[in-house]
Amino acid sequence: MAENTAVSGVPESVPALLARNVDEFGSKPAYREKEFGIWQTWSWAEAADEIEAIALGLLALGAERGDYVAIIGRNRPALYWSMVAAMKVGAIPVPLYQDAVAEEMAYVLEHSGARFAVCGDQEQVDKVIEVQETVHCIEHIIYQDARGLRKYDHTRLHALADVQAEGRAAHERLERELRSREAELTYDSTCVMLYTSGTTGKSKGVVLSNRNVIETAKNSSEFDHLRSSDEVLAYLPMAWVGDFIFSIGQAYWTGFCTNCPESPDTMLTDLREIGPTYFFAPPRVFETTLTTVMIRMEDAGKIKKRLFDKYMALAKRVGPDLLDGKPVGGMDRLQYWIGDKLIYGPLKNTLGLTRVRVGYTAGEAIGPEIFEFYRSLGINLKQLYGQTEATVFITQQPDGEVRADTVGVPSPGVEIKIGDNGEIYYRSPGTFVEYYKNADSTRDTKDPEGWVATGDAGFIEEATGHLRIIDRAKDVGKMADGRLFAPKYVENKLKFYPNILEAVVFGNDRDMCTAFINIDLAAVGNWAERNNIAYGSYQELAGHKQVMDTIQAHVEEVNRSVAEDPMLSGCQVHRFLVLHKELDADDGEMTRTRKVRRRIIEEKYADLIAALYDGSSSIYTETEVTYEDGRKGKISATLEIRDAKVVEPAGQAQVAAE
Amino acid sequence: MSMMQYQPYETEDGRTIGNTLMEMKNITLRFGGVVAIKDISFDIREGEIRAIIGPNGAGKSSMLNVVSGFYNPQEGEVWFRGEKRPQMRPFEVARLGIARTFQNIALFDGMSVLDNIMTGRLNFMKSTFVDQAIWWGKAEREETANRQKAEEIIDFLEIQAIRKTPVGRLPYGLKKRVELARALVAEPKLLLLDEPMAGMNVEEKEDMSRFILDVNDEFGTTIALIEHDMGVVMDISDRVVVMDYGKKIGDGTPDEVRSNQEVIDAYLGVAHD
Repeated sequence: MAENTAVSGVPESVPALLARNVDEFGSKPAYREKEFGIWQTWSWAEAADEIEAIALGLLALGAERGDYVAIIGRNRPALYWSMVAAMKVGAIPVPLYQDAVAEEMAYVLEHSGARFAVCGDQEQVDKVIEVQETVHCIEHIIYQDARGLRKYDHTRLHALADVQAEGRAAHERLERELRSREAELTYDSTCVMLYTSGTTGKSKGVVLSNRNVIETAKNSSEFDHLRSSDEVLAYLPMAWVGDFIFSIGQAYWTGFCTNCPESPDTMLTDLREIGPTYFFAPPRVFETTLTTVMIRMEDAGKIKKRLFDKYMALAKRVGPDLLDGKPVGGMDRLQYWIGDKLIYGPLKNTLGLTRVRVGYTAGEAIGPEIFEFYRSLGINLKQLYGQTEATVFITQQPDGEVRADTVGVPSPGVEIKIGDNGEIYYRSPGTFVEYYKNADSTRDTKDPEGWVATGDAGFIEEATGHLRIIDRAKDVGKMADGRLFAPKYVENKLKFYPNILEAVVFGNDRDMCTAFINIDLAAVGNWAERNNIAYGSYQELAGHKQVMDTIQAHVEEVNRSVAEDPMLSGCQVHRFLVLHKELDADDGEMTRTRKVRRRIIEEKYADLIAALYDGSSSIYTETEVTYEDGRKGKISATLEIRDAKVVEPAGQAQVAAE
Repeated sequence: MSMMQYQPYETEDGRTIGNTLMEMKNITLRFGGVVAIKDISFDIREGEIRAIIGPNGAGKSSMLNVVSGFYNPQEGEVWFRGEKRPQMRPFEVARLGIARTFQNIALFDGMSVLDNIMTGRLNFMKSTFVDQAIWWGKAEREETANRQKAEEIIDFLEIQAIRKTPVGRLPYGLKKRVELARALVAEPKLLLLDEPMAGMNVEEKEDMSRFILDVNDEFGTTIALIEHDMGVVMDISDRVVVMDYGKKIGDGTPDEVRSNQEVIDAYLGVAHD
């Protein structure tokens, strides 16, 4: 496709990259999906053929240049193909979070004005049909899995296979049009629109151009030496920018293979079967996996347990150094080799991480112990810092310079500066074009010179040039006596305990800090089972006296650790309670990427916060909950409020005197 | 004598209910001196979901066992697909295209989910013992075809994640689903479900109801089920037979049954003003 290749020889759009891959890697696997118990494979040539058919089908349905095509469903090749097919016809794909309830979808569908919606299955189709009662822009719904949809009215509803068949039948008529639309795509035409998860308020549509996507994919692939023989497992939400860059951007740039799991429940089995070489997961996935391993080791026999403990201690000592290529004694090397045969190798195999060459975690801070655990096994797990507006990459850790407390150096092509208030700014080829239909927000975020405010506060370490993040700039505040209040810093420390799933710390403009705690049902439930503690529900377990005691011990330990830093010693938690329900995205308490929404929690649980500050020892509360199918219910509970010991820091008098 | 004749019709949700598939005529079943079923007649139409309800000890399970050919009634006739069915052994009934699940799950605990489901394909395995041992040609093709069917059902019932798990390790709700899967791979004309929701929580019941409706819709399978949970029965059935003390006291659509005074008195309790 000579006409849409830039002067430099770089294909200028994702469809052009596809054409290049067909020429270069034609028969190499591009997509795999496990279905009916077998991994089904599509080569680049086969995938291109499927995509072509969808694109022609979309034309037959009347897709116009600049139309928005919503993509809703779990990671499946056909949905990735639909995205690229949309690009081919000059339309813009808009992937949505598949677990969003209908109301949330309504906002995005209306805001984008999508004319087409491609859905994975009946569940998603039902939601779109529900949305159609209030949002009238959607003209055609296309679905992949026909199950349960046979009897629906099909005047505006189409099976994807039928759309493809129609497209194939009409290729003589429509091919010329499709070719000319593809040829119109340039480096600056829109590639995709992704909605931010919206930690604060309504989510915004981030418009990314082909330049953003391709330049970022190119730079980051070179940074980590990704190659066409790499394998990734696509299991994170398609609406998330990371998945788009890994499964489309980098996959199309380097020509590696994207593997889709059979179902969300089989993710871990599929991971083991594929053995990805390039792996990405949010900290939560690593935490959950580690918790599972530890729980199972608790139940293991004595000999196994002792071997595990002995070799894990060794790995902790020398593993990270070995990985970074630092000098390690000969005896330790031998011991580590034996450990690898006995423990690390089999463990990595069970986790499906044997072949991982490059692994990333991002989105939230990861606990140092968790991070070190994986690295000590010899897994090259690194951190990166990014956001949708930057097409993911702002900073990342180069091989050999990996630490738990930094997020690395600026990615290739990215410039960074720290504002007066400590806020991090960046400028890069991946910097987004604009927020869709929101010029004000675009202006607030991106200045005329192209610098983008991240909303995070941090600083660059002088010695190493690595970036360290403190907190969300908006969340960093002052306490009533003027001391610094950084809730995330304390919350992360709390969350590193396996028993604590989530924590929310309050204290802005107050005289002391307090906290909500969510217990981790897997860890605490297992502990209860081993100690013969009976409980009937999450709520009962959460309120159990011994659980409260354990959590109190954790909080007090965190207080001691927080007190060590004189700047942040004011953030010690004086009083806390354990919540009677898990914070949930369905209730709006968290984003779909599982970040806490502070404002909403503050409003919703105002009664609990008041009780934390008025000195009472228990509080009765009623909370509305939303079930997965959208129905609402109420749960009530009496929660115990505990005081935690705090450490008086040496410098406190001095700070107060200011 | 022959079976009842009906005109096919289409339901509100677009399914076609056809002519009579099975008819029970004046069935009486006795165990020694105990009369479990007394002179009951009803029919099952092609494509419908037919429920049998009644209080404990009403004779529902006995009735289902007569339908499945496990019990042979002392009096009365069973007609299936236009012919009077002679006394049969269970495997012969299975070959006629009738499959069932059990009230107290009857799976092989030590075997994996997949192997359990594959046993449901027994009637489709025609290759000999020797063919199977050599596993070449026909036997291999057969196994592939059977496995494919099994995998389609695994996909349909969303149990991919437990494909290789031994059944003994599964929770109750999933075992019930595996049992349904085993019945479905036999590609039955008539599927008999003995208390498919017993012992389930609300969410599991909703899932199971969804699957029953989907099976009926997707494969056109006729379903006869026994169920305790009135709410579920009324929601998913086309017609309901009500039994009490071995007798039929009501028969009709859920609405008709709900307003039948005798049924209200016997099953739902007498209303007091």
